[in-house]
Amino acid sequence: MEKLLEIKNLTKKFDEKEVHSGVNFTLFKGETIGLLGNSGTGKSVLLRSLIGLEEIDSGEIYYRHHRIDQLKEPELVQVRTKVSYSFQNGALFDSISVFENVAYPLFEHTKLSEKEIESKVMEILGLVNMVEAKDLMPSDLSGGMQKRVGLARSMALNPEVLLYDEPTAGLDPVNVELVLSIMNEFKKRGFSGIFVTHDIPAAKKICDRLLILKDGKIYFDGKVNDFENSSDPFIKSFSSSV
Amino acid sequence: MIARKIKKNLLLVGEISQLFKEFVHCLYTRPFYLGRLYEQIIHLGMGSISITLVIGLVTGMVMTLQFGYGLEKFGGTLYVPAIVSLSIVRELAPIFTSLLVAGRIGSGISAEIGAMNVTQQIDAIRALGTSPVRVLVVPRVLATIISLPLLGTLSAFMGIVGGLIIAYTEFSMPVGFYVNKILTNVQVMDIVGSMFKCAFFGLVISLLACYRGFQTTEGTKGVGDAAIWVVVRTSTIILISDFFLTKILLLLFG
Repeated sequence: MEKLLEIKNLTKKFDEKEVHSGVNFTLFKGETIGLLGNSGTGKSVLLRSLIGLEEIDSGEIYYRHHRIDQLKEPELVQVRTKVSYSFQNGALFDSISVFENVAYPLFEHTKLSEKEIESKVMEILGLVNMVEAKDLMPSDLSGGMQKRVGLARSMALNPEVLLYDEPTAGLDPVNVELVLSIMNEFKKRGFSGIFVTHDIPAAKKICDRLLILKDGKIYFDGKVNDFENSSDPFIKSFSSSV
Repeated sequence: MIARKIKKNLLLVGEISQLFKEFVHCLYTRPFYLGRLYEQIIHLGMGSISITLVIGLVTGMVMTLQFGYGLEKFGGTLYVPAIVSLSIVRELAPIFTSLLVAGRIGSGISAEIGAMNVTQQIDAIRALGTSPVRVLVVPRVLATIISLPLLGTLSAFMGIVGGLIIAYTEFSMPVGFYVNKILTNVQVMDIVGSMFKCAFFGLVISLLACYRGFQTTEGTKGVGDAAIWVVVRTSTIILISDFFLTKILLLLFG
C-alpha cells in the first residue's frame, strides 16, 4: 500500500511536560485511521504537528516520502493544500459569509474563474447540506453547522488527506450522524483521513484502523476488530470507560 | 530579576523585528491583496476622520486662546499665527493624531487579530496554505502608514482653521494677515516632516498591534489585555521617539 504520511520517533515537550516521547505510525492511501486516547494525551497536538501548525522537538514527518517537518512556512503551502485540517470548532473566518469561507482556499490556490468557483462551492456546500446557509455569517450558525462548513472548507481543494480534530465533539446525536455521513462520503471519494476523537462508536464506524495514544507513545495500532477483541487490560478499560 | 526582564524585552524586540522582516518580504512578493488594503484604508483611515477633525479644530482653538492672551501682555499677539501654526504642524497634529489612532486603531487591530487567534482563525489561515502576515498584517500596516499622514495633515489644517476662528473673534486679527503669516512661516518641509513622523508612528502602532494580536492567549481576557498593552506601549514609544525624530528633522531641515 502507498504511504501518504509517515511519522517516525516524534517527540514534543511543553516546558517540562513531555507530550510525545517517540510517536510512530503510518497513514496509507485510502484509509481512515482513528486517533484515540484520554484527554491531555496530545492527540490534537499530534494532528497539528502533521502540517506544521505545531513545531516538533525531534523526529521525522514524511508526506509521500518527502520530509516535511523541517520545512519553513512558505514551503509548507504545497503540503497544506494536499493535507487539509478540519478544526474542532470549525475555525470559520467570522467576518465573511459561509460561501466566502468555502471559496477562500479556491481563490487563493486555483486559477478558476469566479463562476467556476461558485459552482464548486455550491457543490461542496451541497455535500454537507449547507446550501441554504451560503449567505449566512458564521455567527448565525449553530455549532454543528459551523463544523460542517469547516469540513466543506477543508475539502475544497480536493486534498489527499483530511485531518479531523474532534468533528463530532459537543454535537447532538442527529448532528453526529450527519457529520459521520459526510466523513463517509469523503472516504468514498478516496480521501484518506486521521480522525481524532473520544467517540469510540463513531471511530469504529468510520475508521479502518485505530491508534491509541498513551504516555506519549502509540500504545495500540490495529484494526477495529483487534481493538474490540483485545485482551489488554488498558484497552479493555479504555473501551468500556469511554 | 533585572536580567530576566532585559532578556524578555530583547526577545520581544527580536520577535517584532522578525514580523517586520516578514512584512517587508511580503511587500515585494506575490500575491498582493489590494482589495484588502483598500478595505482597511476605508475602515481604519476614513473611520478616524471625524474625530481627527474635532481634535485638530479644538487644539488650534485652545492653543490660540492660550498664546493669544499670554502674548497680549507683552504686545506679541501678532506672533500668534506663526507660533500656533508651526507648533501644530510640526508637533501637535502628528502627536495628537497618532495617540488618537493608537487608541482607536491600534487597540482595534490587536483585539481583532487577538480574537481571531483565540478562535483558531489564524491557524486556519495557515492550515489553508496562506500567510497570516500577508493576509492580515500587510493590509493593516500599509493602510495605517498611508492613512495616518493624511489624517495628521488634515488635523493640522483644522488646527490652523481653529486658530483662525479664535484669532479673528477673540483678538480681532484680520483674516488676510493670519493667512499671510501662515503661508510665510509654514514651509513645505514642515508638512513633509510631519507626514514622515505620522508614517513612522503608523508603522509602530500597526506593527505592534498585529504582533500583540498574534501573541494573544487566554480567551476574551487575553483580547482585552492585548488592547491595553498596545495602547500603553505605542503611546509611550510615540512620545519618546517623537523627541528623536524632531531632533533629526531639525538637523536636516532646520
